Amino acid sequence: MSHGNMNLTLKIWRQNSGKEPGQLVTYPVKDISPDMSFLEMFDVLNEQLVSKNENPIVFDHDCREGICGMCSMVINGRAHGPKTGITTCQLHMRSFKDGDTIVVEPWRAQAFPVIKDLTVDRSAFERIQAKGGFVSVNTGTAQDANCLPIPKDDADASFNAAACIGCGACVATCKNASAMLFVAAKVSQFALLPQGRVEATARVKNMVAQMDAEGFGSCTNTGACEVECPKGISLENIARMNREFLVANCKD
Amino acid sequence: MSKLDSKIPDGSLEQKWTKYKSSVALVNPSNKRNLEIIVVGSGLAGSSAAASLAELGYKVKVFCYQDSARRAHSIAAQGGINAAKNYQNDGDSVYRLFYDTVKGGDYRAREANVYRLAEVSNSIIDQCVAQGVPLAREYGGMLSNRSFGGTQVQRTFYAAGQTGQQLLLGAYSALNRQIGLGTVDMFPRHEMLEVVKIDDKARGIIARDMVTGKLERHFGHAVLLCTGGYGNVFYLSTNAMGCNATAAWKAHKKGAFFGNPCFTQIHPTCIPVSGDHQSKLTLMSESLRNDGRIWVPKKQGDTRKGNEIPEEERDYYLERRYPAFGNLVPRDVASRAAKERCDEGYGVGASKMAVFLDFKAAIERFGKTQAKKLSIENPTPQQLKEFGKQVVEEKYGNLFAMYEQITGENPYEVPMRIYPAVHYTMGGLWVDYNLMTTVQGLYCLGEANFSDHGANRLGASALMQGLADGYFVIPYTIGAYLSKEIAVKPIPTSHEAFDAAEKEVQTRIDKLFAIKGGKSVDHFHKRLGKIMWDKCGMARNEKGLKEAILEIRQLRDEFWKDVRVTGKANEMNPELEKACRVADFLELGELMCMDALNRSESCGGHFRVESQTEEGEAKRDDDKFTYVSVWENKGNNEWDLHKEDLMFDVVHPSQRSYK
Repeated sequence: MSHGNMNLTLKIWRQNSGKEPGQLVTYPVKDISPDMSFLEMFDVLNEQLVSKNENPIVFDHDCREGICGMCSMVINGRAHGPKTGITTCQLHMRSFKDGDTIVVEPWRAQAFPVIKDLTVDRSAFERIQAKGGFVSVNTGTAQDANCLPIPKDDADASFNAAACIGCGACVATCKNASAMLFVAAKVSQFALLPQGRVEATARVKNMVAQMDAEGFGSCTNTGACEVECPKGISLENIARMNREFLVANCKD
Repeated sequence: MSKLDSKIPDGSLEQKWTKYKSSVALVNPSNKRNLEIIVVGSGLAGSSAAASLAELGYKVKVFCYQDSARRAHSIAAQGGINAAKNYQNDGDSVYRLFYDTVKGGDYRAREANVYRLAEVSNSIIDQCVAQGVPLAREYGGMLSNRSFGGTQVQRTFYAAGQTGQQLLLGAYSALNRQIGLGTVDMFPRHEMLEVVKIDDKARGIIARDMVTGKLERHFGHAVLLCTGGYGNVFYLSTNAMGCNATAAWKAHKKGAFFGNPCFTQIHPTCIPVSGDHQSKLTLMSESLRNDGRIWVPKKQGDTRKGNEIPEEERDYYLERRYPAFGNLVPRDVASRAAKERCDEGYGVGASKMAVFLDFKAAIERFGKTQAKKLSIENPTPQQLKEFGKQVVEEKYGNLFAMYEQITGENPYEVPMRIYPAVHYTMGGLWVDYNLMTTVQGLYCLGEANFSDHGANRLGASALMQGLADGYFVIPYTIGAYLSKEIAVKPIPTSHEAFDAAEKEVQTRIDKLFAIKGGKSVDHFHKRLGKIMWDKCGMARNEKGLKEAILEIRQLRDEFWKDVRVTGKANEMNPELEKACRVADFLELGELMCMDALNRSESCGGHFRVESQTEEGEAKRDDDKFTYVSVWENKGNNEWDLHKEDLMFDVVHPSQRSYK
């Protein structure tokens, strides 16, 4: 099974379940092609493990084109690896050198407990969304779409916030394991649109309350989340959410 | 034939859906509270159906194999969603959208279904905008449109290159609202492995909790499969790694007939395969064909780089062959044309299995317009290029970045290399006008059903169909069935039918572990994919299909003797998940080849080498094949073929021409 000519040493976090302790395990991989994606390199390693009757490494992945938000690896200490603006599945081996040692760990946050190996439980994000990440409009009640003109700049800013893929890299990167960027992106998407203004007060309060209840840390404005976000979600969204939150609480 | 009743309402085409809606039986709100509905899959069809049904008052359970409903593969759709709004004042109408879709599908879809799809398309846009989906807008604040293949109007709504993501997040938000209200129970990381039938009606599912490995029983008065397509039977496709046919296939083996399994869409603009390590293929949105030009060198075996080949030595073969539609011919036509050029030795890149998609002309054109907008007199060529690049970046920036990430080449500077790849399956479970399969109470929505796209789907129509089925069709049509079920109390999952179904699943899993063979699941999947791509791919012939059927049978036998599934059943185990899926693909692949063998005409994405015009275009045989192939599973990998004759009362099938 010859692919290319890179030989690497991988140190990968193995943990059988959330109840058991985990550890870094060293695996050599050979003949890796620079055109392979990082996850394809994992496929090669897993095939080797299967051939030796060992359990392959469990990791989350699905679309492998950077949009589903499922993949989640901390590579050499950085969420989604050494490059910016991409997810783990978009990282290619040409970003590494022959002979490199690569350390791969799961997202680490109290609110994201490890399920197995590199797979974590991100259901806390779901519970936050269910508290307000929507406009309350039943199917069939909408008016004609163009009855509500929206300035392009607002629509674009809303779109930029809505580009969040919910991967959790922001949390994994933050030294406080704060989910502010994730929550702020959703709050901002709606806060910037007239459709979202109607419920803006309740939305920000409920989502922030759930975020706190899930055990995410506080934001101390280090901006690490913005740096590692594969979709370039801006820190401005956090500022906007703080404004929204302040105004919402002043209304009480 | 008696088993197939498409239940198409009487009346003129324009009146069918309107009349149906005003006459279909209703379920009163107090009864809705007592009716439980299972939705499998959380993509556009599943999320929109679940949210809409919960809003109506039904009790809904949603299952998905990912860790969140938001990750369903609808998220990856790039280009856009069609609707007959006619906001551009360019002559669009419900009829024209209907007509384009029927023609695009090469006259192998049901008129009544397609007309309904076109009718509800406008409501989808309204609904999404009301939900806060940030669709692209013009400076005046109105929604923007672009063109897509197979049409001559601008009717495609979009959100940069992430339309699927934004529409899915819209449906996901509606779903989250219902989860918050307690009307939907969400089961992420759950995979459906069996349908439970009681007295010939679907009454529930067996699902595996993918974290603990535990098999669970869930009751429903009705079951909706919204589980997407089966393109991963080819191993390499643009589908997500986890996309599978298992839910649909289990339903098929429990009595749901399968419609047109061989109708597969090969998308013309994908990033070419780079080596044998390839795990999936990445699509570059069809919207790129709006502004990009497709070409190959005029000289065979030309090894020069794209930029080194002068204009007069380039063959813009789509513009040459199809002057009326040019680079915007439908997908099947564009894919075959690319294959034809590469097979003839004009391919480019290291593998020679690629053609160029070039934005040089577009960058120049946009540059000039932009300079005028900025009132810059006599701009330098460098300025023009920069302006042009800025416009391209705004329109397609994320796609260009993705291309560069994967190939290591900068598409602003050198032409992209593209090649067709498996993308979508028009075939799927056969459903009637109500979206019900041949199993009572078992519905199928979105890509998983066969219904609306005939033999070829037009770009930006998948998002339209998924959301049409979920938001605007099933909330009405399910009443026709559930209104008769209001007296049925929830059946305890201790019922013997649940026992039997769970045992079936457990036995299958035990059997997979017991093989302890020597080859991995992926090994078999890759070999199946190669057979399918070589012999049931872009061009098919009788000899190849017959060989493929035998090869798949042998491979299946080998799989059940020699596959190795590591780990245990009662833990998170992706190898087991893959094994269950590949076992089903190994059966479905055979049926696809049988269907392709039976349909000796060419139509849409199904190209039988034996049936082509002198110019090499697909040649239909309407006298013999104006029907939906509907396959009934008889067990032991044997099938009976039923035919649903297609009636064209309004559109008259003609040889498709895009010249």
